[in-house]
Amino acid sequence: MKTLKRSLIGLAVAAALGAGSVQAQVSDNLVKIGVLTDMSSLYTDLAGAGSVVAAKMAVEDSGIEKRGYKVEVISADHQNKPDVGSSIARQWYDVDKVDVIVDTPNSGVALAVNQITKDKGKAFLVSGAASSDLTGKACSPNTIHWTYDTWMLANGTGGATVKSGGDTWFFLTADYAFGHALERDTEAVVLKNGGKVVGKVRAPLNTQDFSSFLLQAQASKAKIIGLANAGGDTTNSIKQAAEFGIVKGGQNLAGLLVFLTDIHSLGLPTAQGLIVTNTFYWDLNDQTRAFAKRFSALDKGIYPTMVHAGVYSAVLHYLKAVEALKSDDGTKVIAKMKDTPTDDPLFGKGTIRVDGRKIHPAYLVEVKKPSESKGPWDYYKIRATIPADQAFRPLKDGECPLVK
Amino acid sequence: MEIFGISTQALFGQLLIGLINGSFYAMLSLGLAVIFGLLNIINFTHGAQYMMGAFCSWFLLTKFGIGYWWALAITPIAIGALGMVIERTMLARLYKLDHLYGLLLTFGLALIIQGLFRNEFGSSGLPYQIPSELSGGVNLGFMFLPKYRAWVIVASLIVCLATWFVIERTKLGAYLRAATENAALVQAMGINVPRMITLTYGFGVGLAALAGVMAAPIYQVNPLMGADMIIVVFAVVVIGGMGSILGSILTGFGLGVVEGLTKVFYPEASNTVIFVVMVIVLLFKPAGLFGREQ
Repeated sequence: MKTLKRSLIGLAVAAALGAGSVQAQVSDNLVKIGVLTDMSSLYTDLAGAGSVVAAKMAVEDSGIEKRGYKVEVISADHQNKPDVGSSIARQWYDVDKVDVIVDTPNSGVALAVNQITKDKGKAFLVSGAASSDLTGKACSPNTIHWTYDTWMLANGTGGATVKSGGDTWFFLTADYAFGHALERDTEAVVLKNGGKVVGKVRAPLNTQDFSSFLLQAQASKAKIIGLANAGGDTTNSIKQAAEFGIVKGGQNLAGLLVFLTDIHSLGLPTAQGLIVTNTFYWDLNDQTRAFAKRFSALDKGIYPTMVHAGVYSAVLHYLKAVEALKSDDGTKVIAKMKDTPTDDPLFGKGTIRVDGRKIHPAYLVEVKKPSESKGPWDYYKIRATIPADQAFRPLKDGECPLVK
Repeated sequence: MEIFGISTQALFGQLLIGLINGSFYAMLSLGLAVIFGLLNIINFTHGAQYMMGAFCSWFLLTKFGIGYWWALAITPIAIGALGMVIERTMLARLYKLDHLYGLLLTFGLALIIQGLFRNEFGSSGLPYQIPSELSGGVNLGFMFLPKYRAWVIVASLIVCLATWFVIERTKLGAYLRAATENAALVQAMGINVPRMITLTYGFGVGLAALAGVMAAPIYQVNPLMGADMIIVVFAVVVIGGMGSILGSILTGFGLGVVEGLTKVFYPEASNTVIFVVMVIVLLFKPAGLFGREQ
């Protein structure tokens, strides 16, 4: 008798709990978001723990949990190794029931996860990785490339530099998928605008000393030294270029991918005058400022980079689609996300193209002089806004098989 | 004139750059060799101690306004003292055991220290400017040599040679070497061997910290700077012959040059070349170039 009574109570409790949730089709009654990022190496500050903070803020701001959905955000460190990233992605999808992977700086890792996500029919929201191949040859019905890409950077910084007279280039490139893509896309812009590439050198990822490469760049007599690298590689090359008197000698640096955290790390005396392309800056309007304030309180005082903003915006839009569909089926949700115009406090209104490219404006910014900055993190002056329809590679040029 | 398509002028520049990078390898591997030679401990915390040296100088500058030159004196003492605490409280318990235990302990410590620093300071690094006396550079005709780099090479040569001299040519050095051969006998002569060993470890750590101070203005002051460096430096020590003082100095500079030349002729392999050299050397001389087979 006792056991029967217990089971009845159990059933009643289960029914009561069940009534609170609405997920007819949300797998195991839980939307599980996996932030796969760099937690220990050179991209940690620009993505890393901040991306987890941004994802959690998006879950909170979406209000979805108040409407009966359960959402969980987990994270892991891919150590910038495609094999490590791939095995985490497989483990997450197969065993841990993760529904969507977000962020993933490092294009090598992102391209691997892109393929796995497609095979498993899940969803992948890229914010940290840059390679334009993610919406080109490697585009997938399960991936959206949110924040920026190498084509956009090349077009922004590269285009502006060539137009202002920097027509001979030497590339200092990070020797992996991202660096190669950035170099390729920038070279195309340089050539298209009548410039010339006089040399290039490929440095291994996470190089400490760039002096040897900088000496080669100096010897090339190119007007512009294009830094097709990111994170610690960029800060070290900029710092050492100053040491070797490169800019004083009449050559200029083009930092093709420089994040707000890199400027913070270099300090304005070294970084001033750099021209950078970003799709987000915290000091754009009241909403971005409010976001930055909240964010920095949660991420050790770091102000949000465009990667953090992208994670926030992507997760917010993802949850809207999940709610609209009442499903977390990866392929369906991504299709729904593409059909729905985007609107969020950080990037404003935007769209997502069939190849998975999120479309929004980009900003060509100049790093302030120390005298112009009002305090920590006040680093950029907006020089020009590149409208959304010109900021990214035209749909037809990407060779994405999804585009017919 | 050209050699393999590179002008001799450019080649001179690259050789010099290689020597400069080699001076960091030499200073770090020297500290490792001293510690291994005298304590039989494979000090994996060396990279973390190098990083702490850089952070200490950053800290002195930003919190107390103490500049580079004083940092050069204060940092090695402070970090060396910290090292001695580690030696007394932890390493001293392991001398009778296999090398492996010392390696595991120091490796674990390195991970903890780096993790704490990364947690506190992030990964993108902190700025540290070159001291004003050494900013700018001179044009050597074949290259622009920043004054600071010239200083690095001179300072590290002096430090390396002085260390070699003390250990190989003075009475104090003779005690140290004798203690590694037969500690009990040396102690019987009335010499306080444990204290000598503690001071030696402190000295080795101080060398790492000194290298860290010298690296701060060139590289970003970064919690990971030691982790990137330590693996290469270990390869240098292994190639030179574990515990060989002169061996680690010469291999340090030599491999800096090899790496520098690789950056010209085949840059993609520049972070692998040292390990290729290591494999070749170990195949033919398992004890390293300057090591003695036991």
